[in-house]
Amino acid sequence: MSPERRYWLDSSENVTLLYRIVWGIGILLLLADFWVHRHEQFGFAEFFGFHGFYGFVACVALVLTAKGLRRVIRRPEDYYER
Amino acid sequence: MSGDLPIGIILVAGGLLTPLVPKTLRGAFLLALPVLTFAQIFSLSPGQSVSVEAFGATLEIVRVDRLSLAFGYIFAIAAFINVIFAWHVRESFEQAVALVYAGSALGAIFAGDMVTLFVFWELSALASVFLIWAGGTERARRAGLRYITVQLLSGMLLLAGAAIRYAESGSLKFEWIGLDGAGGALIFAAIGIKCAFPLLHNWLQDAYPEATPTGTVVLSAFTTKLGIYALARGFPGTEELVYVGALMTAFPIFYAVIENDLRRVLSYSLNNQLGFMVVGIGLGTDMGLNGAVAHAFADILFKALLFMSMGAVLFRTGTVKGTDLGGLYKSMPLTTGFCMVGAASISAFPLFSGFVTKSMIMASAAEEGYTFIWLVLLFASAGVFHHAGIKIPYFAFFSHDSGIRCKEAPANMLIAMGVAAVLCIGIGTFPGALYAILPGPVTYVPYSAAHVISQLQLLVFSALAFSFLMRTGIYPPEMRSVNLDSDWFYRRLARGIARTAEHAINYTRSMATALVVRCFRSAAIPFIDLHRPNAFLARTWSTSGMALGVMVILLAYLLGYYVL
Repeated sequence: MSPERRYWLDSSENVTLLYRIVWGIGILLLLADFWVHRHEQFGFAEFFGFHGFYGFVACVALVLTAKGLRRVIRRPEDYYER
Repeated sequence: MSGDLPIGIILVAGGLLTPLVPKTLRGAFLLALPVLTFAQIFSLSPGQSVSVEAFGATLEIVRVDRLSLAFGYIFAIAAFINVIFAWHVRESFEQAVALVYAGSALGAIFAGDMVTLFVFWELSALASVFLIWAGGTERARRAGLRYITVQLLSGMLLLAGAAIRYAESGSLKFEWIGLDGAGGALIFAAIGIKCAFPLLHNWLQDAYPEATPTGTVVLSAFTTKLGIYALARGFPGTEELVYVGALMTAFPIFYAVIENDLRRVLSYSLNNQLGFMVVGIGLGTDMGLNGAVAHAFADILFKALLFMSMGAVLFRTGTVKGTDLGGLYKSMPLTTGFCMVGAASISAFPLFSGFVTKSMIMASAAEEGYTFIWLVLLFASAGVFHHAGIKIPYFAFFSHDSGIRCKEAPANMLIAMGVAAVLCIGIGTFPGALYAILPGPVTYVPYSAAHVISQLQLLVFSALAFSFLMRTGIYPPEMRSVNLDSDWFYRRLARGIARTAEHAINYTRSMATALVVRCFRSAAIPFIDLHRPNAFLARTWSTSGMALGVMVILLAYLLGYYVL
């Protein structure tokens, strides 16, 4: 049997590269706020990079809360069959 | 073709005939049904109506307006995609019930009165449960029983509400209802079950993941969207819905993050998307209602696409557990691509369908000044990308390599996914076509530099949060588990109460029996004593004594006869 083909994503350096590229895109998007004036319905949403920061914080809060929630509601897989 | 018959009757009748069609012709026959139905709906124009006399009342079996037409188109398209996706299924029964289900949902969409609505409402519930039972496992059997119980309860509430309203107003028409009065409240609850309102929601996450790979795709399209349609018809502008909907967008995503069964993750995200539509209906503005209908339209497509990709994974590997999967992009590259189109659409990436539909609801909430609600919706938008947009493709197709090597999905599944993917991108790229069929006039412009940049910021930084938490190991790993949800109340608490009651009844009964036995025994002792060895009645008596005894008895009888 021939050894299995190695994929580009199999190498952890490439994954790290991808991760850094996404950071780069994120920073460019933040910088775009200097050029594009966003007229928002709410004043606070016009703050520099509001959506970016909100998205990041929201997701971290979501995951941490869900992690805490799991401690309370997690049961074995056959819980309802017993 | 026109609307002389209830819309959807082609699918219902065709579905019932399916088992009789020879196998060689069945594929073409099944495909023709949704095409004919689409042509029938396309030939309708707003204002058309068909009424019949039945049960001593006038029933409007077909009522055509722009709201019912928009849902009609997408239901026919969904039925078409479902037929292609299930092309390989050999059992005609599953395909037959899928068509009856789709047809009865269409019938309900075009029903002009409460009785017709009720009939199709129940028919769609009955047909759909067979898709869950077709899963074939004991879990599926039980989940199906719970599902049909809840669905029939919804039908009962609808009928009771309609009856109360008929007694009050003498009208059976299905139009604006509102929350005033007991009838309106009952109908609201009936629709709330279908829309999976918080605490009424768990039938969805319980039952949908237990159906067959193809059945779940069919289920995801119709029942909940029928609920959304009915809500848009009966309760637009009901302010409570804004808060109910916002809650619906937020709480399921916490469950989605820690759920292991990827089809259950999608069920939670379906619940979350329904929340956006409910908010739009609650706002009741032109833009809010248009947004709700547009988002229902887009959601049917991208949710079907996501369920199809997970169905293909289940079909090929036999599992959709996050713990068992990973690295499948090597075996199923096309399915991976289609899944990511669905993921981008539900996450509202620019050029994908969610971007041009969900934003109408959010813009309307902002315009009406609901600051807090808008922030919740924004949180839910970030969250939906997190759990449906990234988690689903990541754990199934990327993540650590599970070592599973399988074939790419069958051609029919790929075609079905391709059709849905093209529609998702088509709506996102040319929103004008969808906007043109919405109930109200559309002035909303989705593509502005500001909207594109703010949305991309939100999404890219949500993705960065995911990667950051993944790389630092903070992200909770997938685990084999059951997470308690509101179904605990009827699956565990109610069962516990029933068992305790059963024990209590048994205990009381055995105590009572023992008491009665003891009383009888103590009362019987004097009589038993007469029969003991050598006791008075057990002795051997002389023959003459016996004869004397008999004589005394006869004499007593004779005397008694004369005296009394």
